[in-house]
Amino acid sequence: MTLNPITASAAEIAGAVRAGTTSAHEVIDAVLAAIRTRGQTLNAFTAVTEERARAKAAALDARRAQGGALGPLAGVPFAVKNLFDVAGLPTLAGSKINRAHPPATRDATLIERLEAAGAVLIGALNMGEYAYDFTGENEHYGPSRNPHDRTRMTGGSSGGSAAAVAGGLVPLALGSDTNGSIRVPSSFCGIFGLKPTYGRLSRAHTFPFVASLDHVGPFARTTLDLALAYDAMQGYDADDPVCVDRGQEPATPQLPRGTQGLRIAVAGGYFEKGPLPQPDEAVARVAKALGIKRQVEIPEAERARSAAYVITAAEGAACHLDRLRTRAHDFGNASRDRLLAGAMVPASLVIQAQKFRRHFRTQMLKLFEKVDAIIAPATAYVAPAIGQQTFPLAGQDVPLRPIIGAYTQPFSFIGLPVVAVPIPLEPLPIAVQVIAAPWREDLALRIAHALEQKGVAAAPRPRES
Amino acid sequence: MTTQPDALDGLIEAAVQALDLPLEPAWQPAIKANLAVTLRQAALVTDFPLPDDTEPAPVFQA
Repeated sequence: MTLNPITASAAEIAGAVRAGTTSAHEVIDAVLAAIRTRGQTLNAFTAVTEERARAKAAALDARRAQGGALGPLAGVPFAVKNLFDVAGLPTLAGSKINRAHPPATRDATLIERLEAAGAVLIGALNMGEYAYDFTGENEHYGPSRNPHDRTRMTGGSSGGSAAAVAGGLVPLALGSDTNGSIRVPSSFCGIFGLKPTYGRLSRAHTFPFVASLDHVGPFARTTLDLALAYDAMQGYDADDPVCVDRGQEPATPQLPRGTQGLRIAVAGGYFEKGPLPQPDEAVARVAKALGIKRQVEIPEAERARSAAYVITAAEGAACHLDRLRTRAHDFGNASRDRLLAGAMVPASLVIQAQKFRRHFRTQMLKLFEKVDAIIAPATAYVAPAIGQQTFPLAGQDVPLRPIIGAYTQPFSFIGLPVVAVPIPLEPLPIAVQVIAAPWREDLALRIAHALEQKGVAAAPRPRES
Repeated sequence: MTTQPDALDGLIEAAVQALDLPLEPAWQPAIKANLAVTLRQAALVTDFPLPDDTEPAPVFQA
């Protein structure tokens, strides 16, 4: 085996397994060893499905030995945020309460689809409690740790997913994104993440948070891997009532088309008001690489973020109302306090936020008549220290957590597809968002791929790994 | 729209009773702080004039 499964991409692993230059079981052995040795320091995994992974790998190797065809993700290890149902495991969703749930009787739809493409599920990943989190911290299971600096946040709520991919434990992971929970960890950990159009990928058999804002999607260290995973997971699923029947629209074949002819603009106004220089530096590098001269104003972006905040508070509380009544002491303190407060938000305010959502969508769709994609920072700063509550700004300590999702929330609010693209600043990476019109994941992925090809975007390898 | 801080204590007390929610004294400051932030965010939304016939988007289609 010449391939190193710890540093190889998913595409390289699948190519080697299909060609027979390595076997699926060799890949899985290497990944399991890495999880045993380095996994604990990152606190990324909450369950490792070793027996299942070995059985799947053996089946793949047997199929190849018999001359059977292998899928585009043959032998690729992947892991999922622990709000995805995994047959035989209780679906924790980052909580203590769900430990007592009966084990899931089947896998989430997206796990089934990745495995149908040949990928091998290797475990379940740490996350913020019930996904109400931007930090990657968890009062029950401990914080997931940033592979670039283990004293720093991964970002959340898909913190374990980002730690596992950035730390070289798996080339591919799944997460969820309600307000930024794929894009924030992608930014803090320096990897690629795709939040698809609302309704594109099935959320069936995952634990919900805010039904009208929840999305699921992949993390990877390359754009090709991201596109391969996305393509393998596309398709209608009657088990998710918001999953739209559009058929397959593969993005992978579109990646080499480049950006020529695409109208790309940088988001101005609200997205330029950041307190620190790194987001501007990252956006400037992207703009220079793509020759972007145009800037657009996102109309009422701050208000959009506020409306998403209100909907999240109320819908999230509704999701947990019974548990708040009966198990309040079993929530983490921060989750309980936020959710109880959300239960008290008057309905008239929530409905007004949903009305504003319709208005904002209309304005954004008009904007997309003039541009094909928009570039915006993903976070206002690089990964903060675990436990950090404030950061210094103009001589004052400003609360840190309330603005972690400030740049991501306006876009998930109306379900736009976004690729988080890591820019390897020193000493810590940060991501920009490539935002496209609804259903145009292909454009966002093409632009991300072009940036990768130009050497502007990359998932940096952690020094500590 | 501005909400007086003391009004939040009343809202919390009433909601706890009306919705049968648990509350311990130690939780109240954080709940109040979270509620205050959410209502500030909501004020930004409700301050924006929308036509009466604007449809809400509870089940959103992109």
